[in-house]
Amino acid sequence: MKEWLELLYGFFVANVLGYGGGPASIPLLHREIVTNYDWLNNAEFANMLALGNALPGPIATKIAAYVGYDVSGWFGAFIAIFATVFPSAAALIILLNIMKHYRQSTVVKGMTLLVQPVIAILMLVLTWDNITESVNHIGINQFVGIAVVSLALMTIKKIKIHPAFIIVLAFIYGAIFLS
Amino acid sequence: MDKKEYWNLTLAMLRTGLLGYGGGPATIPLFKHEAVDRYGWMEDSEFAEVLAIANTLPGPIATKLAAYLGYQRRGALGAVLAVACHILPTCIAIIALFSFISVFSSSSIISGMIAAVVPVVCVMLAIMAFEFGNKAIKGLGYLLGFGLLLLAFILLYVVHLHPAIVIVIFLLYGAFHFSLLGKIAAKKKRKRGLDS
Repeated sequence: MKEWLELLYGFFVANVLGYGGGPASIPLLHREIVTNYDWLNNAEFANMLALGNALPGPIATKIAAYVGYDVSGWFGAFIAIFATVFPSAAALIILLNIMKHYRQSTVVKGMTLLVQPVIAILMLVLTWDNITESVNHIGINQFVGIAVVSLALMTIKKIKIHPAFIIVLAFIYGAIFLS
Repeated sequence: MDKKEYWNLTLAMLRTGLLGYGGGPATIPLFKHEAVDRYGWMEDSEFAEVLAIANTLPGPIATKLAAYLGYQRRGALGAVLAVACHILPTCIAIIALFSFISVFSSSSIISGMIAAVVPVVCVMLAIMAFEFGNKAIKGLGYLLGFGLLLLAFILLYVVHLHPAIVIVIFLLYGAFHFSLLGKIAAKKKRKRGLDS
């Protein structure tokens, strides 16, 4: 029972503060899942994110499904997804019904813009934490090697491989060389 | 006719859920394709308006759009159906994948695989961090952009404020940002007018 309430609250808070879509709430989800409630450790969170990014569809609901299931089975998954989806979806439907002819105002534009630097910093520090942990675990050479190759595969226009393939490649590499 | 509407909604939401890569915001063009181009549920301009309002609300964008489209077509039941079709296949996939992996998690091969994927995640996170930072600097200009990035860092990691508080502070200022810019610009103009 306590777990259900925690799932409800944790996922509600992280998603309701993530302004700008699912990816913006990743650092906030990390805070609830790893720091506050200890549902996953840092490495588990990183793996979940990797698999989540390898699958299509919105990221926030995939994270909710997995963590909810991990904590409390299928009902836990349902609660976490509900807390992720329902508040903002209901708010949008109500808002659109109230103000049908509302246009994008400068107030809204300003709010969307001003939240970007905060999310950027949260994301950057999350990246840094993962880098230090990975370097400690597999060494700087392995880390830089894998990171440089995947960065090239992800960003160079002529190559631009699908992220799912890069993750599969990393899995194969790890199974052979890091086991 | 009724049945067909439900069926179209189901298909449209399955497609947007399964073909969109890179999180909700990446699927926005797919939603537009289904709602405007394929089924003609709304005009281009109405979609833009819905999107703008959806962006003003917090929370994942894809599920907000799915819920609204479903609601617009078929009321509350339509909204539930649309969200379920959009997210369930991938939610079940991630649970299944993980249950599969955790069975083998004690093996050194699996731990090697997991160790190798962390650097990839770092790169993905770094790219996202860069994109958010880039948007901030493009929208705010170099001086204010870097200044606010620095301020966010100080508030979060030197002063150790809770992220929620920092976000609310930035949102509050954001609500006045453009009208403030407008006032400053008007003042400058007036000054220039007086000078000449």
